[in-house]
Amino acid sequence: MAKHKISVTVNGAVREAEVESRLLLVHLLREVFRMTGTHVGCDTSHCGACTVILDGSPVKSCTMLAVQADGSKITTVEGLEQGGKLHPVQEGFTEKHGLQCGFCTPGMMLSSVALLERNKNPSEQEIREAIAGNLCRCTGYVNIIKAVQYAAEKMR
Amino acid sequence: MIPAPFEYHRPSSLNEAIGLLKHHGAQAKVLSGGMSLLPTLKLRLGSFAHLVDINRIPGLDGIKEEGGFLHIGAMTRQSALERSDLIRTKYPILADAVPLIADPLVRNRGTVGGNVANGDPANDEPAIMIALGATLVARGPKGERTIPANKFYTDLYTTALAPDEILTEIRIPVPPAKSGGAYQKLKRKTGDYAAAAVAVQLTLDAKGAVASCGIGLTNAGPTPLEAAEAAKFLVGKTPDAKTIEEAAKLAAAKSNPSADHRGSVEYKRDMARVLAGRALHTAVQRAGGK
Repeated sequence: MAKHKISVTVNGAVREAEVESRLLLVHLLREVFRMTGTHVGCDTSHCGACTVILDGSPVKSCTMLAVQADGSKITTVEGLEQGGKLHPVQEGFTEKHGLQCGFCTPGMMLSSVALLERNKNPSEQEIREAIAGNLCRCTGYVNIIKAVQYAAEKMR
Repeated sequence: MIPAPFEYHRPSSLNEAIGLLKHHGAQAKVLSGGMSLLPTLKLRLGSFAHLVDINRIPGLDGIKEEGGFLHIGAMTRQSALERSDLIRTKYPILADAVPLIADPLVRNRGTVGGNVANGDPANDEPAIMIALGATLVARGPKGERTIPANKFYTDLYTTALAPDEILTEIRIPVPPAKSGGAYQKLKRKTGDYAAAAVAVQLTLDAKGAVASCGIGLTNAGPTPLEAAEAAKFLVGKTPDAKTIEEAAKLAAAKSNPSADHRGSVEYKRDMARVLAGRALHTAVQRAGGK
């Protein structure tokens, strides 16, 4: 089986790798690049713990091949903090107790960041819809929504 | 979970993709959004020695009305359909349905062509394309051919597409004045497939009677189904509550679901009746009827 040379921009840095066809994007991030902020939850495209932003859109990195991301720009949770300053969404999750166990948090935050990038003033319903592909087993949705609302206000 | 090994191909033109499919035959599979294919490979429910990724082929996506048809490119992402003003204003049947497909993250990758061509009776867009009287455009080594949506599905996960053909486009007749459509889906949660779902597209005549009608059923049998008897029953009639109730019964009679964790056969068939009634009422209302 042929390997593929790919190049992706992860959180602004160009990264190269030689990958097997079947390597999943989430495994490229976690096991090749050693960026373990992106979680593997259900591994069946339901839970959204593996969410990353791919060329502006949040996607499930467990349901995409690494080779498919060749040439793409990816944002993971590690890329949210800038110059030692938390992203407003991260700050919102801290201030509003938007996490309990924290397992869904990277995915929740990336779906939220992508929402706020295209909608500066989302309604509660729009926030709920935007995170509909991310499951929180602690069922902390109310505070997650508050966290996103906090971030939206901060970013306006 | 890691898929079994395969070769990945990324053709840059449709002809190159068709050449790869022709060369590798049944060993090859088209990779579009991958939202069904990747889980299938990961769970090892299926395996293919060659994946032909059509994501970078130019010209395969887009939504436009031209020459009396709405053209939806096969690679059009569900999220693009969801955000399209044209769809929102003129194709309420799709505007109803798309937000109910999987979840927003899946819709960012999943494509209309994949949803339609996969042959999964639980997918939502096949029944919609049947109701809309859509034509599916396929390209293979011998060129292009068109297949009516209601002739496309032959069995479970089996379609009229040959192994070396690619679905390139869906053509939907632009609805005339006094048309309306609706999609009604019963599901347990975000991301679930339908326990039952019904697609309706109809046009009223000047007197308010049904001039034409298409009805499709999702997850009601081994293939997406056309409730042709119910649609035929409506044509020429004023769609009042009693007529709609009768038509809904005929639509439900067409449904042939299997019992599973979403419900018994009786439950699903009765839900098809209820949803057909609701979809018909909404479609009539949207067509400017009462």
